[in-house]
Amino acid sequence: MMMKDMANYLEEDSEVRSDGEFWSLRLYVAGQTPKSVAAFANLKKICEEHLVGRYQIEVIDLIEQPQLAAGDQILAIPTLVRKLPEPLRRIVGDLRNTERTLVGLHLKPGKRDA
Amino acid sequence: MTTSAREPRAEDLGLAKAPSGIEGLDEITGGGLPRGRPTLVCGSAGCGKTLLAMEFLVRGATEFGEPGVFVAFEETPGELAQNVRSLGFDLEQLQEQKKIALDYVRVERSEIEEAGDYDLEGLFIRLGLAIDSVGAKRVVLDTIEVLFSGLSNAAILRAELRRLFRWLKDKGVTAVITGERGDGKLTRQGLEEYVSDCVILLDHRVADQVSTRRLRVVKYRGSAHGTNEYPFLIDEDGITVMPITSLSLQHEVSDERVPTGIPRLDTMLTGGGYYRGSTVLVSGTAGSGKSSVAAHFANAACRRGERCLYFAFEESPGQIVRNMRSIGQDLQPWVQKGLLKFQASRSNQFGLEMHLASIHKLVQTYDPQAVVIDPISNLSQAGNRAEATAMLTRLIDYLKLKRITAVMTCLTDAKNGLERTDADVSSLVDTWLLLRDIELSGERNRAMYILKSRGMAHSNQIREFLLTSEGIELTDVYLGDEGVLTGSARQAQEAKERAADLFRQQQVEARQRELDRRRDALEARITALRKEFEAEEEEARRVIGQERDRVDTVEEDRARMGVSRRAETEAPVEESRS
Repeated sequence: MMMKDMANYLEEDSEVRSDGEFWSLRLYVAGQTPKSVAAFANLKKICEEHLVGRYQIEVIDLIEQPQLAAGDQILAIPTLVRKLPEPLRRIVGDLRNTERTLVGLHLKPGKRDA
Repeated sequence: MTTSAREPRAEDLGLAKAPSGIEGLDEITGGGLPRGRPTLVCGSAGCGKTLLAMEFLVRGATEFGEPGVFVAFEETPGELAQNVRSLGFDLEQLQEQKKIALDYVRVERSEIEEAGDYDLEGLFIRLGLAIDSVGAKRVVLDTIEVLFSGLSNAAILRAELRRLFRWLKDKGVTAVITGERGDGKLTRQGLEEYVSDCVILLDHRVADQVSTRRLRVVKYRGSAHGTNEYPFLIDEDGITVMPITSLSLQHEVSDERVPTGIPRLDTMLTGGGYYRGSTVLVSGTAGSGKSSVAAHFANAACRRGERCLYFAFEESPGQIVRNMRSIGQDLQPWVQKGLLKFQASRSNQFGLEMHLASIHKLVQTYDPQAVVIDPISNLSQAGNRAEATAMLTRLIDYLKLKRITAVMTCLTDAKNGLERTDADVSSLVDTWLLLRDIELSGERNRAMYILKSRGMAHSNQIREFLLTSEGIELTDVYLGDEGVLTGSARQAQEAKERAADLFRQQQVEARQRELDRRRDALEARITALRKEFEAEEEEARRVIGQERDRVDTVEEDRARMGVSRRAETEAPVEESRS
């Protein structure tokens, strides 16, 4: 469905909420693989549920821009990088495990954050 | 015929090799690592995996025109560049020259959350980019197992690693993958399952406080390789795997003789000295003059204009020069002329393989015709005896190959038997001079004999060994009823003998005189008797003459009387008849 739009997709919500932090997310993919597509869909869903109006998703296709992989230490594909708010977080996988994704994004306290 | 036919076939099967450029490793592997295939280098922490991989890459880029990619999972590029600078590799420069590409892959578990299915395409993309950026022919992944600590889904990782190694093969790059040694396995994650073409195991052991690094080629599919454990070391020139030259008995031999520096010893070794390229062992108890024999040899070599390398493990060069000057061997001028080079170090300063390598290296650069190792017995302190023997075997082989005459001294313990050496090299040496002490009548004197000397008819005599201000002198020992006598006992015995000789001589002279006197007396008596006889003879003749005269007169008188008496005429007839 959104195969075409996904490349260097940038989505912003114009209504940034003044009280909340702004979230800058980057999703690294390598071509339009099922995993990449699923990851984007899952991410979009989570953002719409938890970060309405204060997030930005940047999709980077490493097939087209391989030189960007080293900068964010990308190894696994797909990888979601939380650039903002700091600290930087990485979540690998197609994000189908919403629970772990939320923990990874610090949207939900996880064991690791204790 | 069969071997020459086999070799090209192996080449056809794709067993081309990429030379590592690491000294010794290419000898063991028969030319290098399998070209276009991954090689696993495993070992425990700090055993030199990273350095071996890095040297493989740097040598490839600088010496064989094969650029390389280094993917570091553990060290940052800065750390890596700093670590290998000690080996003389300038990574920054090589990166600028596009000979080497470096990528640091950081895997930090605390930063990574896993949520769902993933693959390692990102790593492939980075690797592919790096390979393309320099046109790499060689790739190092150091240490890829870090992935297992950073990512938890082992099933995905294993599948991806399998894919990665296949991908590397398809790319045609010669890869080195390092892995940490695991319990009972070569690597923690069983990487050997994926990399099955060539596996090299590194080891770092400490025995008797001396550390030794070892390398073993566990597996090399489709190629013959040395299977032993080979010691290796890391120094400012990179990695050196022993032996630099393999063991062999193929060295050329020479009939040329090399004077020993001790004229009498040259005579004892009938023909004028040691054979060129032979190995000489000088063994003896403490203070028996081993170093002096070695110094004579060194001095003689330098006097002929040959270069001599002197490895001292007991004394400093200054001390050796001073001590040898006291016995008339002035080595200082040779040092100044560059004909003599001292290399002094304590034997337990570093491990055996380090000694061997430093000896190799010096011999290679200095290219001497004569080598002195004083003493070899100390080397066994640097390792155990078997190792010391193995090392000396290699060293002797190496020196023989280079046709270098070597004199090695060895301290022996009288308790353990003189004709035995610590390092068990006696069977390896060609000529063995044994120095010993002879204790007699409150004195300790030195004696020397040739225990063996291959290929020459040598003297079997024990010689007394004197250290004079002009050098070593060998004299005959006194062999008599009282056994072997040396030193002042010999001198006393010689004096005694001289006195006895004089006495005997005097006796002979007295006898002679007595004989002469008696002969004179006899002669005198003979003369007297003859005189007496002559006198008697004279008298007798005179009497006989008178008697005869008287008879004639009587006859005449009788005839005259006959005539006057007119006697018969028969008488004159009778007279005329008579």
